[in-house]
Amino acid sequence: MIRFDYSRPSGVNEAVQAGAGAQVAYLAGGTNLVDLMKENVARPLHVVDINRLPLDAIEEMDGGGLRLGALVTNADTAYDERVQRRYPLLSSAILAGASPQLRNAATNGGNLNQRTRCYYFYDVDTPCNKRNPGEGCGAIGGVNRIHAILGTSDHCIATHPSDMCVALAALNADIHVTGPAGERVIPIGEYHRLPGDEPWRDNTLKTGELVTAIDLPAEDFASHYTYLKLRDRLSYAFALVSVAVAMRIEDGAITEARVALGGVAHKPWRSPSAEELLVGEAPGDAIFATVAGAILEGAQGQGDNDFKIDLARRAIVRALHQAANGTPQSQTDKRIA
Amino acid sequence: MITERAEALHHTAGRESGKRVAATPIATLPLQLTINGEERALQVEPWTTLLDLLREKLDLTGSKKGCDHGQCGACTVLIDGKRINSCLKLAVTLDGAEITTIEGLGQPGNLHQLQAAFIEHDAFQCGYCTPGQICSAQGLINEGHAHSRAEVREQMSGNLCRCGAYTNIADAVIEVLDRRANGEKQE
Repeated sequence: MIRFDYSRPSGVNEAVQAGAGAQVAYLAGGTNLVDLMKENVARPLHVVDINRLPLDAIEEMDGGGLRLGALVTNADTAYDERVQRRYPLLSSAILAGASPQLRNAATNGGNLNQRTRCYYFYDVDTPCNKRNPGEGCGAIGGVNRIHAILGTSDHCIATHPSDMCVALAALNADIHVTGPAGERVIPIGEYHRLPGDEPWRDNTLKTGELVTAIDLPAEDFASHYTYLKLRDRLSYAFALVSVAVAMRIEDGAITEARVALGGVAHKPWRSPSAEELLVGEAPGDAIFATVAGAILEGAQGQGDNDFKIDLARRAIVRALHQAANGTPQSQTDKRIA
Repeated sequence: MITERAEALHHTAGRESGKRVAATPIATLPLQLTINGEERALQVEPWTTLLDLLREKLDLTGSKKGCDHGQCGACTVLIDGKRINSCLKLAVTLDGAEITTIEGLGQPGNLHQLQAAFIEHDAFQCGYCTPGQICSAQGLINEGHAHSRAEVREQMSGNLCRCGAYTNIADAVIEVLDRRANGEKQE
């Protein structure tokens, strides 16, 4: 484990002041950051422990939305009665990820900011542009079964590992941040980014900015939704491909549908133009296959992960059926209905 | 607000410079914990994990270091009644918390229900994962979200058992869950 200075502010402004310097890391649940410090991947000079900040509540918003404090744990979010009733897609996605122990420690803000699980990123003896800009990418042409098929660059083919964020993408969540320049709100679709030629930047946070809350808009996707996660073992594994669907159906026709993919790109992947194809259509194999093809347009395998393209295609179709039928994927009984 | 300089040893003052900061005495921070019912006033280095504190400083070696990366669950303990991986928790962040380890759940001659059930159901072979399994099972019971065998298996998935005693572990946990559901309480 590396050595570092430690501070424990009690207020957001105090935390942001402490976080303003170079090589500072905010520490919440620690489930990813502590591990990265053990691996010598994260090397902050100063750790700002934000666990005492007053960001640990789930609150009603005017207009019917829900505000999730950044420090509410993933477990407390997933089992919150309001989240379960109004945003079951989010609850389901959280419970599809990690283990109960990790969900009890991991926070909502931390989940947003967790780093990729690319093996090359973790192994400091191999090159990685995300860890050491300009060093090269070990995964391109290397072992890349878990890597991205969409939105990759010549510099990085890592995926974002979160399940929660895939649901947040489908729910059009808003991320509240506070930094040296004040507060701002970042739509989830603009929060994470594609690697491009700056793969070390996972998201669009500016230096010193701290996530304070996640807003869930008041929208009714509680009847037609699913989170379908496919992985190498049934529990406690990262997604090879996951699909979040939020849908509304009136008089047999789809009035709105959102499809977000996990495990396939550097950020939760959405394709608004493909989603648009579903509007006005009755649920069915043909239209779902068309939409899956449209979402995956331009998908490219890296060798070991070529299988993900077909897997994602079939998973999208299946998830759309699950949502349309009102039979969301169980996160306990993993048989796929 | 606590702020401590804890520069030492291995720290490089910046990657670019590549220079090492001269070794200075390591600053420790005060930490108040209640561990298995006993209040402890401790001093820890900020990078000490709860697991290392328990095992190396307090001689509570029941919690095991399997992977040290939050992947195996052998280090599971209860913080304020909730199960977590102690290998991923910096001790200094827990000031004021109540920690329960396997040593606090039961002792020889005074076994916890879960310990007795694990013996009864032959729910271990080498035993290395067992303290974590039992602390995790107590956390599962506290949470109250598992009611069926499938739910127990899913919610015990954060604890690996390389001997493969999963079936019997699930049996042991279910038995205790059922006994609790039927109103039988641990004294």
